[in-house]
Amino acid sequence: MIILRNISKAYHAQAKSIEALRDINLHVAPGEIFGIIGKSGAGKSTLIRCVNLLEKPTQGQVIVHGEELTALPLADLRKARRKIGMIFQYFNLLSTRTVYDNIAFPLELAGLKKSARAAIIDPLLELTGLSDKKNAFPAQLSGGQKQRVAIARALAPQPHVLLCDEATSALDPETTHSILQLLKNIRDRMNVTILLITHEMSVIKACCDRVGILEQGHLIEDNEVGEFFAYPKTEIAKNFIFSSLPQTLPPAISQYLLPTATSDTHPVLRLRFLPDTATQPIISQLINQFGLGINILQGNVEYVKKHAMGVMLVAVSGEKNALHSGMQHLKNIGVDAEVIGHVPNDIIPFT
Amino acid sequence: MSQTILSLLLEATLETIYMVVMASVIAAALGLPLGVLLYVTRKGNILEKNWLHRSLGSLVNMTRSIPFIILMVAIIPFTRLIVGTSIGTNAAIVPLALAAIPFIARIVDSALIEIHKGLIESALAMGATPWQIILKVLLPEAFPSIINGLTLTVVTLVGYSAMAGAVGGGGLGDMAIRYGYERFNLSVMIITIVIMLLLVQGIQFIGDALVKKFSLFRK
Ligand SMILES: Nc1ncnc2c1ncn2[C@@H]1O[C@H](COP(=O)(O)OP(=O)(O)OP(=O)(O)O)[C@@H](O)[C@H]1O
Ligand SMILES: [Mg+2]
Repeated sequence: MIILRNISKAYHAQAKSIEALRDINLHVAPGEIFGIIGKSGAGKSTLIRCVNLLEKPTQGQVIVHGEELTALPLADLRKARRKIGMIFQYFNLLSTRTVYDNIAFPLELAGLKKSARAAIIDPLLELTGLSDKKNAFPAQLSGGQKQRVAIARALAPQPHVLLCDEATSALDPETTHSILQLLKNIRDRMNVTILLITHEMSVIKACCDRVGILEQGHLIEDNEVGEFFAYPKTEIAKNFIFSSLPQTLPPAISQYLLPTATSDTHPVLRLRFLPDTATQPIISQLINQFGLGINILQGNVEYVKKHAMGVMLVAVSGEKNALHSGMQHLKNIGVDAEVIGHVPNDIIPFT
Repeated sequence: MSQTILSLLLEATLETIYMVVMASVIAAALGLPLGVLLYVTRKGNILEKNWLHRSLGSLVNMTRSIPFIILMVAIIPFTRLIVGTSIGTNAAIVPLALAAIPFIARIVDSALIEIHKGLIESALAMGATPWQIILKVLLPEAFPSIINGLTLTVVTLVGYSAMAGAVGGGGLGDMAIRYGYERFNLSVMIITIVIMLLLVQGIQFIGDALVKKFSLFRK
């Protein structure tokens, strides 16, 4: 449905040239929700804006719904854009129009008669749960409601594709969740193909079928979501996966954490396991095979499409050598183990 | 105060209103498109045209920097060409309108700059043409600030019209100079000032009411 072929984009600012995108190849299948994640400045916005040519790529082809947008004259491009909905981080609603008239806006642009609009808009108000806000103005709405209006507006011209540029980044977690549910619902009911960009792993987890990582203008991962979490190909991907899990010690413990070991401290380990290792009984292995004492300080396991993954913080007691071979064992079976500090005995007793 | 003076005052008031209204309408009719053009041709905007933006910009700045009293005198040949004479209320309308055009253009331009760029972006993403963006996004969104600026312009024009009056343009300014100043008629002087004050108050009141009516939905 969306095909990007060898897309590159360079910005020329003053004398410098910034390569925002480098040779991106991307394929979003019909009815798929494709999420692209990346750090600030990675080129996410540039990429999504290249899809409807709000940003003209320096090189490459953009094909949406079988039409090569990069080859179209401006008038035809405008027509094609009507079938590509887009929503934004800050909603971009017209402040002087009611909810209804905001949703009517793209229909008005396309020259649809006033009398024909209600038949399209009313079901969208229903779908987005805004029927009772029909005559409200944007200033009278919450952020989540505004994004719902923007979604309804994007859907009004019955687009094939919906582009979401950090659509939930200005919303609280609960509202984010409901908006992501709505996007899924839309895909299921209207078979709209969705390309979204985000800097939050939780968004990918909540609603994407496929995920890509953008790093300094390169698309460094492109995988089905379950596969991605089970077998991330790059270190950056791993970091993104774990970044979505809480992995800090409670202050009651962390305030006593020392950078170096003394005679009466225990090391604190951070264990990070991906789905293919999460099923192994690693704690009992450490205890039984290596004779270590384990005190769990923090644990977090998450499931993405039946795959478990997690982060655990443990304090460990035992012989220095035993600890060393235990960590070696973990490394061998694919668990990331790292000493993040040392706690005094009297804080975490092992008796 | 004699009956004649009173009727003269009434006539002068109407002349002032006439001059200000005509000049405002003409200036708005030309200044508004000029302001929009100034905005849309700016770098990075929907109809980016650097050379046009720069030339319009300097033209506007140049005209704005000429003091009104000098502009009025300097364009006398032009005024004659258009109105046929260089004295009287109709002749005064020409420099008044001319002085207000760049003023309004700047006001419109800066009102449009305040609009969040994302609105233009989302309209472009929906396939809007530049015309549609101007008519359906830019002008409605900037409407309250534009009205605010127009109010300011009209108030300024009341003051300018008095200056124009002083050099033969008629209206309250003329009256104040000829009766109040040259014939030491203090009450005429005071009355003309009071009327102008009321005019300005009235204009401001109407402007504020309009702005309030159209800003209801804003953050
Ligand atoms: N109009 C522009 N002119 C010059 N450089 C730009 C422009 N837009 C983006 N860039 C640069 O291109 C790179 C990618 O920017 P982009 O906005 O796509 O990043 P992003 O991944 O969306 O980041 P964020 O998460 O902060 O929104 C950055 O280095 C940015 O500075
Ligand atoms: Mg961005």
